Amino acid sequence: MKLSGWGRYPIIDAEVHAPRDLDELIHHVKQGNAIARGNGRSYGDSAVSISNTIHMKHFNRMLAFDKNTGQLVAEAGVLLADIIDIFLPRGWFPFVTPGTKFVTLGGMIATDVHGKNHHKDGSFVKCLDWVEVVTGNGKIQRCSPTENKDFFSWIVGGMGLSGVILRAAIRLRPISSAWIHQKTLVAENILQTIELFENNNSTYSVAWIDCLQTGNALGRSLLMLGEHVESNALPAKYSKLPLQAPRKRKMSVPIEFPNWILNKHSVRAFNELYFQNGKRKAAHQLIDWDSYFYPLDSILSWNKIYGRRGFAQFQCVIPLDKSEEALTQLLTEISGARTSSFLAVLKRFGEQKSSFSFPMEGYSLALDFPLNNNSLALMEKLDAITLQHGGRFYLAKDSRMSSKTFLESEPRAANYLRYRHSRGDVEAFSSSQSERLGL
Amino acid sequence: MSRNTILILGARSDIAMAVAHHFAREGYDIQLAARQVAKLNPHQADIELRYEVTTTLHEFDALNTDSHESFVKHLPTLPDIAVCAVGFMGEQPENIQHVNAAVMVMRSNYEGPASIFGELAKKFEQRGFGILIGISSVAGERGRASNYIYGSAKAGFTTFLSGLRNRLSSKGVHVITVLPGFVATQMTKKLNLPPLLTASPNDVASAIYRSSRKRSNVVYVQKKWLLIMFLIRIIPENIFKFMKI
Repeated sequence: MKLSGWGRYPIIDAEVHAPRDLDELIHHVKQGNAIARGNGRSYGDSAVSISNTIHMKHFNRMLAFDKNTGQLVAEAGVLLADIIDIFLPRGWFPFVTPGTKFVTLGGMIATDVHGKNHHKDGSFVKCLDWVEVVTGNGKIQRCSPTENKDFFSWIVGGMGLSGVILRAAIRLRPISSAWIHQKTLVAENILQTIELFENNNSTYSVAWIDCLQTGNALGRSLLMLGEHVESNALPAKYSKLPLQAPRKRKMSVPIEFPNWILNKHSVRAFNELYFQNGKRKAAHQLIDWDSYFYPLDSILSWNKIYGRRGFAQFQCVIPLDKSEEALTQLLTEISGARTSSFLAVLKRFGEQKSSFSFPMEGYSLALDFPLNNNSLALMEKLDAITLQHGGRFYLAKDSRMSSKTFLESEPRAANYLRYRHSRGDVEAFSSSQSERLGL
Repeated sequence: MSRNTILILGARSDIAMAVAHHFAREGYDIQLAARQVAKLNPHQADIELRYEVTTTLHEFDALNTDSHESFVKHLPTLPDIAVCAVGFMGEQPENIQHVNAAVMVMRSNYEGPASIFGELAKKFEQRGFGILIGISSVAGERGRASNYIYGSAKAGFTTFLSGLRNRLSSKGVHVITVLPGFVATQMTKKLNLPPLLTASPNDVASAIYRSSRKRSNVVYVQKKWLLIMFLIRIIPENIFKFMKI
């Protein structure tokens, strides 16, 4: 069947199996060239194998929860949205969450996702107690920060290329309300943005950059800081049921937008509105968890606004000491280009040591582009700037990078390949992405 | 406060599992009954965790009709509602060639379900209340060359449910016949089903829950099947016998 990621590019005709039990799963893994697929929310081709995509939708059960420690044991196909649905009313929230809740547990582990709290709490690995994996020879292997450590370090962030994640134990965060206190700061340019990030001590932080500004306003942004609100600090109307936030109505994009709708002028108008609106709004706001963490989830299938050709997301991270220079160059390139991006998201990462995970200490910039020749050319320029400054790319978002760019950005790839060879994983596991990148 | 309990027979099917989730979400305690019921351990944990209801597993073989009386006797509590999702389609060419295969389909879709509902009906009648929900099939509305063996067994079950409803209507016990039409499940995954006429297991579960609240009698999960089956039924037999549908 035809498969693609969230970016709807590339679209690949792939053989898909959806095993119902462990025996069936092991049987398919043993056929080789396998890759597990969750809810298809990575942007490109990382969860597609032409000959052997294994859909994990039937492995979607929660198995145990410890009220004292907040440890949840669940199968890899469980959706983060379901975890929140069940556990938020009981006073628990994901310790680390990406920007959409429509991802699976297995996917979050394989890409070692990060959230707006990376600078404080690190990536998803920090809430992982253990993982059970079906290896290439069909055995189940458990790994954790203390057991099969080496294997664990490659499974987390390893893009599913060392095994099919079956089950895992994660720790949730105790919360007393479903509300976030958001403080919005305005930065007039990229230097101010960085300064605000460096002086920030909030649990959550993220900046939305208006990419169409130039000169002194290059990189003007709204920096949004967030903290969980204690139930006793809530206004009276919410404090009776502090863990119940109002349900929002879901909207949906019913059709693909024609490609011309998103152009430089419409995007400029949108960004101006967004920025002025952010400036005008109270600097302090109380907002519900869903609106704060998953603003785009309320518009189902928003990926269709980019039209039939789909879109690509560019996300890189730049080491801290090179961030200012690199971000200035990246934003200059973007603002001068003949293609449009709504908003870029900028995030400060804290320290991270890992075998193959994306984050490193520094700044991560992410932005969407409708797919066309201009944007592809622009993204190659952005690749080059990233490489010059020792940065690297988020494989969960990638759909178009060349093998050359990837290998230049990832000195760790050689180690991973060696490790994969030593276990026979090169034959056992592969995705369209791993083949494209030479992994 | 004690909660209501629902017994789900043939619990390993996709429709049964969707029914379990739906009723658990509504606060029912769940009894799951199936062959090799230990395979449902993860589902049991999942349902208990998600909905904080009591979920129990019970070994049940629809074909072993001798065991049905004791099966009912050994349930921890007599359920308020029982749903029978037991069913087996087999492969029609094989059902035609091998009488054993055909008999297996007939027993699985009629004899087994009717037997266990007969036992439960006795207990519900003694108690004076209860709802029996049988998942039958539109295939039982008229025999067709492509699946009349399965269809005839479902026809038997539909008729059994209709008679049971008639008998128990004055005894406080209600009987519901569910006719799902095409459903995208494990049982039908090899068939090429038209999407517009195909329901999901969740659609069936919602219809079952609604019908249990409204105490409906005969429920088509998708209303269009009511019209389709009406048209199929009124075709005169001397024409129908030449048709390929």
